[in-house]
Amino acid sequence: MTQTQKRRMARTGQYVLAAAVVLVVAGVADWPTITENFLNAEIARGLFPDIITVALRNTIVYTVLAFAFGIVLGVVLALMRLSSVGPYRWFAAGYIELFRGLPAMLVLFMVGYGIPIAFPGREIPGGVYGQVALGLGIVSSAYIAETMRAGIQAVPKGQYEAARTLGMSHTRAMLSIVLPQAFRLVVPPLTNEVVMLTKDSSLVFVLGTTAITTELAKFARDGLNSSANATPLVVGGMLYLVITLPLSYLARRLEHKS
Amino acid sequence: MIRIEGLHKSYGDRPVLKGIDLEVPTGEVACVIGPSGSGKSTLLRCVNLLETPTSGRITINDAEITSPDCDLDAVRRRIGMVFQQFNLFGHLSVLDNCVIAQRRVLGRTRPEAERIARENLARVGLADRATARPAQLSGGQQQRVAIARALSMDPELMLFDEPTSALDPELVGEVLAVMRELAAEGMTMLVVTHEMGFAREVASRVLFMDDGVVVEDGPPAQIFGTPKEARTRTFLQRVLDPIHHPA
Ligand SMILES: Nc1ncnc2c1ncn2[C@@H]1O[C@H](COP(=O)(O)OP(=O)(O)OP(=O)(O)O)[C@@H](O)[C@H]1O
Ligand SMILES: [Mg+2]
Repeated sequence: MTQTQKRRMARTGQYVLAAAVVLVVAGVADWPTITENFLNAEIARGLFPDIITVALRNTIVYTVLAFAFGIVLGVVLALMRLSSVGPYRWFAAGYIELFRGLPAMLVLFMVGYGIPIAFPGREIPGGVYGQVALGLGIVSSAYIAETMRAGIQAVPKGQYEAARTLGMSHTRAMLSIVLPQAFRLVVPPLTNEVVMLTKDSSLVFVLGTTAITTELAKFARDGLNSSANATPLVVGGMLYLVITLPLSYLARRLEHKS
Repeated sequence: MIRIEGLHKSYGDRPVLKGIDLEVPTGEVACVIGPSGSGKSTLLRCVNLLETPTSGRITINDAEITSPDCDLDAVRRRIGMVFQQFNLFGHLSVLDNCVIAQRRVLGRTRPEAERIARENLARVGLADRATARPAQLSGGQQQRVAIARALSMDPELMLFDEPTSALDPELVGEVLAVMRELAAEGMTMLVVTHEMGFAREVASRVLFMDDGVVVEDGPPAQIFGTPKEARTRTFLQRVLDPIHHPA
């Protein structure tokens, strides 16, 4: 047998095995029950319009708020990380390590329950929305800071020097020359960060959401509980994919372009 | 006028400039030549304080820029610098490359800044490329834009660090032509170059640097015709006739 023939044989064997596994699983499964419990049209219809107008909308709002907060803080942290001032560098490094090392859920708990204990009588403005922006924003800013730092460092040093040579201050050179070019470089990883945040917004339930502040994952779980049927999970999952798949596709496209 | 007195620069404990003295009177062109690693770029970068001198004094038109209470940004805005790698701002059009510092640093209005930018682009022969991106231009064109960008700030003097070394041979001429014209208009220029023809014709003074010091300094006819120092002779032989005098 030639090399090519051997490889073709092995490949065919793998396909046959995969097909067999699928057939066995599909044969064992109870299809009418699966359809009834996962793809129930009646129950699916009952989820609308709230699953769009409330749940999906809140998922998007939480993601956007957290990302907006995260990017502002992330850029500041990246600049501190690259600063020539020691204490700024150390603070940023510590912050980034800390919040990349903690679960997002724990940080949300701290914001929701720790801050009210630490500052009695004060409230984070915006209610749950403010808490989410702060909690998820703190976490994502740590990731965004590292991404931005890499982006800033990827802008050739000559760009900064040329700006300084023209009389721009350090801050002006960063704002007008370096950061705009760094942003272009990090659009793909930042898009992936939005995908991560979209999924992380499912943790917002730990803050205790209500009927108007609920988001997709919580809404789907409530649907599961009240109908004793998994269809809401399937619909909720598909709505996540409606957001995340185009974003991932976009990120890949942008990566290829640059 | 640039006056440099006793300029030293070390990186860590490694001395790179070991006591440079030189003066370029207003309206004159001084060319710095010398082997790689001799400290030519470091000298230029000290003049606009991209590098902080370890010791020594640099005076530009009677203002000592090395004094501790000197405003760095104010100094740099009076000195134009052109780099070997052009360093045009990649995210901006050719016109905006010439406009941005005029607006952000000098506070000029957009119409005024654009008018001045267009004048300078015309001066380097690129009036018709104002809307292009740097990446769409040839190396020679990019370097001419870099010169126009520097000129748009109305500098009192211009520093050039091997402005043609990154160019294909056939593009060198167009950049040198712009520099020659600038010299003829009376710009004070300090030029690091390997273009011996340019140094010979345009420079009022040629300085040969080696190992952190100015070894020899004189009018081009003397440096190229009757160099006094052995090191200068060896360098010139290598540069002018590399086949018979390999390194
Ligand atoms: N930032 C730096 N840190 C440490 N050493 C440096 C730094 N910049 C330059 N040097 C060293 O200083 C010496 C002089 O460098 P410089 O760039 O001034 O030389 P040059 O004459 O311009 O050479 P070339 O013709 O190759 O451009 C070199 O040996 C270089 O390695
Ligand atoms: Mg050099």
